[in-house]
Amino acid sequence: MLKVEEHSPVTFSADLISRFDEIVSRYPQGKQKSALLPVLHLVQAEYGWLSTQAMDKVAEYLFIQPIEVYEVASFYTMYFLKPQGKFMLEVCRTGPCCLVGAEKILNHLENKLGVKEGEVTPDGLFSFRGVECLAACGYGPVLQIGPEYTFYENLTTESVDQLIEDLKNKS
Amino acid sequence: MSRKLLLEHINVPGIAGLDVYRQKGGYRAVEKALKTLTPDEVVEEVKKSGLRGRGGAGFPTGMKWSFLAKPEGVARYLVCNADESEPGTFKDRYLMTHIPHALIEGMIVSSYALGANASYIYVRGEMMPQIRILERAIAEAKAAGFLGNNILGTGYNLELYVQPGGGAYICGEETALLESLEGKRGNPRIKPPFPAIAGLYGCPTVVNNVESIAATVPIINDGGEEYAKIGIGRSTGTKLISASGNLVRPGVYEIELGLPVEEFIYSDEYCGGIANGKRLKATVAGGSSVPILPANLSLKLANGEPRLMSYESLAEGGFATGTMLGSGGFIAFDEDQCIVRNTWNFSRFYHHESCGQCSPCREGTGWLEKVLHRLEYGHGKMSDIDLLVDVAKKIEGNTICPLGDAAAWPVGSAIRHFRDEFEWHVKEPVKSQSVNYGLADYAKPIEKVAEVKTGE
Repeated sequence: MLKVEEHSPVTFSADLISRFDEIVSRYPQGKQKSALLPVLHLVQAEYGWLSTQAMDKVAEYLFIQPIEVYEVASFYTMYFLKPQGKFMLEVCRTGPCCLVGAEKILNHLENKLGVKEGEVTPDGLFSFRGVECLAACGYGPVLQIGPEYTFYENLTTESVDQLIEDLKNKS
Repeated sequence: MSRKLLLEHINVPGIAGLDVYRQKGGYRAVEKALKTLTPDEVVEEVKKSGLRGRGGAGFPTGMKWSFLAKPEGVARYLVCNADESEPGTFKDRYLMTHIPHALIEGMIVSSYALGANASYIYVRGEMMPQIRILERAIAEAKAAGFLGNNILGTGYNLELYVQPGGGAYICGEETALLESLEGKRGNPRIKPPFPAIAGLYGCPTVVNNVESIAATVPIINDGGEEYAKIGIGRSTGTKLISASGNLVRPGVYEIELGLPVEEFIYSDEYCGGIANGKRLKATVAGGSSVPILPANLSLKLANGEPRLMSYESLAEGGFATGTMLGSGGFIAFDEDQCIVRNTWNFSRFYHHESCGQCSPCREGTGWLEKVLHRLEYGHGKMSDIDLLVDVAKKIEGNTICPLGDAAAWPVGSAIRHFRDEFEWHVKEPVKSQSVNYGLADYAKPIEKVAEVKTGE
């Protein structure tokens, strides 16, 4: 995953642009703004987060004002406006998952990773946060990891430990 | 075994692929609708079926379709609401993961009925794996001639696209969803105009839930009248129920509407009872937004009759003693669960998800969360309980969209039925931090009651 600093210039690759083009083709002429959410997902998958530079480039590409991008990126919870760990573990913290132990998983992650919710581990690998209902209540506790949004169900403290080991080995 | 219409073939290996899906009778509804029925006849079948919106509101689907404006030369749109985010609800995820062609087939039939030539499936952004599954299914359907230009030689054209959301519960509200699909913040629109008149890009639009759209397939295959024979009264057909919480076998179940709640919880065909040999304390029958009921009122009506899984029976008694079927997100609480904590958790959810447009919701949900937090953590006052009721009442009905109501109802109902437990948190600020209130009288059997006070 490519990391960019807040002020480093952003240039979208030809491959990324062609994927943007395909998305824009799904909407009627002149309605290219509809591509904003899917395009922001692609940009975040590429860079790990949405820098102001990246959002300005998106605005330029879609022929809209930068503010139209910022207001969307700040409204939806999936978009990160600052850099995160390479693996962002998002644990569902809503009612049904809490009935089956989600709070225990969140506490365990805080102890295991040694950082607070929203912070990044010193090696840059991990962040975690509680998120609202992920629509998997029957398989709780659950967590997801972007940008693929791989899903892990029926979590236990042991399965979380194993997952963290696997991710460390993968990186 | 009750009848299965949507999940009949769910366990067939390879059913997520087009070939196996077709071997099991898939895409017959497309052939039948496009080759033998006019669009209006398809609408008529759906009307006859009595199908009611499966996303939560329960509005008759056929009627919703018949409101669609059809001005000459203006595009019409069908948008599928797959922004499944209501706590307790995960049926659409299940359907899209395991049998995506059921949704694609329903989208083709429904788009044809409405005269749409471009339709969108708006899927919540976190469901990226499901988005990939749907895109694969669409490519397969297109290669087989069920999508694109001149479908099956009938002259009907349809393109189907999947749109990811960005992680906002509010986008499940249909006008917020349309705003989001237009690339904006998910702020619900003021109605009227309704989407049927001015929806996506200002054009006439129908927004339907995943399950409603998938249900049009059996309706077209078997006929609306056949579908209407299943179920009970005005609750026709089958319904996907997402069961979660402290159950032996949580998961997604297809039930015939009218199944007794008790059978759903305890029978081995469904949830198999309460996990770890515990006793049932409470249920939320239709997703976090609907009123919570104590165990006794979950299983029985106030007059002692069994409560059924149907729109009418769950709502029997109004909010005084009833609840709603909602999205079918069935959450079971065992005797060790704290109702105050759960209510605080739900209020945090609604506060987090409020779009901020209307002050009663933006500010009120914050108040609910804050006051419930101090009650849960032993800093509450007795007057806080009435304060919560007051705040909830001031949100309810005073907002552009139903998120305000959805935030108010769980709080109002929790206090209505579990007031003792809230008061106990105030009286026992230390003890309540380490011990739970327990089952108390919440499962006490209901005897036949002579007179029941309804409505509120």
